[in-house]
Amino acid sequence: MRWLLLKDLQILRRSPLLVGVLVGYSVLVSLVAGLALSSGPSKPTVAFANLVPPEKSRVALGGRQVDATKYADKLFAKVIPIRVKTRAQAIAKVRSGEALGALVVPADVTEKLQGTLGLSGAGRPTVEVYFNADNPLKRQFVQDTITSTLAEANQAISAEVLRESARYLNVIVAGGKVALPIIGSVDILGLRNAQTIVDAARAGLPADAPERAALAQVSRFARLAADNLDLSKPILASISSPVRVKETIVAGSKSSLSAFAAEAAVIGSMMFVALLLAAGMLALEREENAFGRLIGGLVSRTELVAEKVVLAALAAFALTTVMLGILGALIGLDFGRSPLWLMVLAVGSVAFGAMGVAIGGAAREVRSASLAAFVVSLPVAALSLVPSGAVASGVYDVIHVISAAFPFRPGMRALDAAISGGDLLVPLLHLAALALVFSALARLSLRRFA
Amino acid sequence: MTDVAATAPVALTADGVSKAYGDRRALQGVSFSAHRGERIAIIGPNGAGKTTLLQILAGSLTPSGGSVSLVGGEIGWVPQQPALYSKLSVAENLRLFARLERCPDVEATVERMLDQTGLRDRARDETGSLSGGNRQRVNVAIGLLAEPSVLLLDEPTSSLDPRQRERLWTFVSGLAEGGTAVVYATHNVAEAERFADRVLVLADGELLFSGSPRELERTVGGDAQADFESAFVSFLHERGH
Repeated sequence: MRWLLLKDLQILRRSPLLVGVLVGYSVLVSLVAGLALSSGPSKPTVAFANLVPPEKSRVALGGRQVDATKYADKLFAKVIPIRVKTRAQAIAKVRSGEALGALVVPADVTEKLQGTLGLSGAGRPTVEVYFNADNPLKRQFVQDTITSTLAEANQAISAEVLRESARYLNVIVAGGKVALPIIGSVDILGLRNAQTIVDAARAGLPADAPERAALAQVSRFARLAADNLDLSKPILASISSPVRVKETIVAGSKSSLSAFAAEAAVIGSMMFVALLLAAGMLALEREENAFGRLIGGLVSRTELVAEKVVLAALAAFALTTVMLGILGALIGLDFGRSPLWLMVLAVGSVAFGAMGVAIGGAAREVRSASLAAFVVSLPVAALSLVPSGAVASGVYDVIHVISAAFPFRPGMRALDAAISGGDLLVPLLHLAALALVFSALARLSLRRFA
Repeated sequence: MTDVAATAPVALTADGVSKAYGDRRALQGVSFSAHRGERIAIIGPNGAGKTTLLQILAGSLTPSGGSVSLVGGEIGWVPQQPALYSKLSVAENLRLFARLERCPDVEATVERMLDQTGLRDRARDETGSLSGGNRQRVNVAIGLLAEPSVLLLDEPTSSLDPRQRERLWTFVSGLAEGGTAVVYATHNVAEAERFADRVLVLADGELLFSGSPRELERTVGGDAQADFESAFVSFLHERGH
């Protein structure tokens, strides 16, 4: 096998254009795909559970009663909503992949919000957001959509809080009328008026009256309080987020978007290099009429399959190791986990190499082998990148099964786990199983090769 | 049975070899033996099963039935289309196959074959840049690397000019004189007549005749002045092909 391997490397060394195109095209396509993935996707599907009882959905904002659900309507304009009744149902939709995210509004939100508006010091209201992060791009999009809508709601609420608080402060400082529940309209003297009254009373007292000192203290307090409460208005403006968001990832990757793009670029390059090389080099044996001579006692078909898998895997492993090293340095990946990366790159390269040999075994010459490799790999890669929630759940299940039959999706999952943590064993075993299956298919396909 | 066949030991035996592709029977129970030093030409119309039989003898195709047994030694296989790597040089091709053949002294074998094929001055040239004739010489040389006891050639002169053909047959005849059994398929009936001790006539996968060219002519009878090619065509016609 080693002589065949050396021969293939020799042939590759003498075909710099072919190798250049193979590597350059693969990297270019993968990087472009990675960049394309960063563009804006369509509306995501989001599960929505409003646990607030209908009778408690209104909040008093200033002198007005506002229905809090109007903020949910703003969100629904930006997503495809699935309304559910409970928190558990919302999480289940996310976990199953039917929805990319879920927004849960707890029952006590309006109560706590009313407390916040009344400056009662009650706990801040919190809404819950759950994500399915099998595609970090979609996760980012859902996250941005939900948080921007909540930010708009927060802004509106905080503006009301500020306006109301400022009005109260004005009354306390300058005096005026305040409408209180049950009691009704009440006249407030105000600090400045109080200071004027106290100063007038102090002026009417004899110069040696002992009350003058005490009244002078009250007057000074009224002036200082009025001045400082005026200064407190900007501080109130800093209450910008009365409603908090609690985010939870219930399924999928924890990778950043840039790490996800790097993973897609690396696995894409691995796929192209290994598939094209394995398929092409096996077909070359037939194109050069050498296959019959080789298997006529020089090497077995199994050895030939193994040699092509090893060749393709070595090339793909070398390229993707360099790629991941460079991308990792650029986007700041944790190099402490690099032994895991290498393990995934090695197993993934073997799996793609085996798939390439299976394709090459079905082709008669290099051109048709290369074409077949493209025809098979591109749709598989595209399908593997379809996130849950982007299509109907039945269609997604079919896509899931199809993409599980090829190394791209488990390769992405394994690399994601190696880079960002998570279950690595299952996708690695999946890749190893695919390597065995495709090698067996390749070996079978060589039976008709003569 | 020729003189060579009568006296030399058997080098290769095919016993009831059959090959079917689905319903199509490419070979039907072909049996014969090749003796050391014997030159056997397999002739027959297109689609007779000549290449299939040679591929099975070479071990690159598995028969559907029957068996092939080699009595000691190695089989050298020279397919019709040169089976070599066009991106490798002549010497590199020879070196690769010498290693795969597990020749004990690879470099000495390569040197010997460069001398035998007369391609020493083209040793560093990529085989893709060689003429068809020179590529065929390398192709034959690869088949001879292991110094086989049986040499199988499929249409070995199809891409050669008359001078190159003559040189090839002189070379092959020399090998036969050295004890190598040579089995070749050809469409060139004149070559079979000149360079074969025995001819096997195949038609529709069936072995119709095994004997010397003269015996084939006698089998047909008729015009005593008719040449071997006419006798061969008449033979096929008589047998319904």
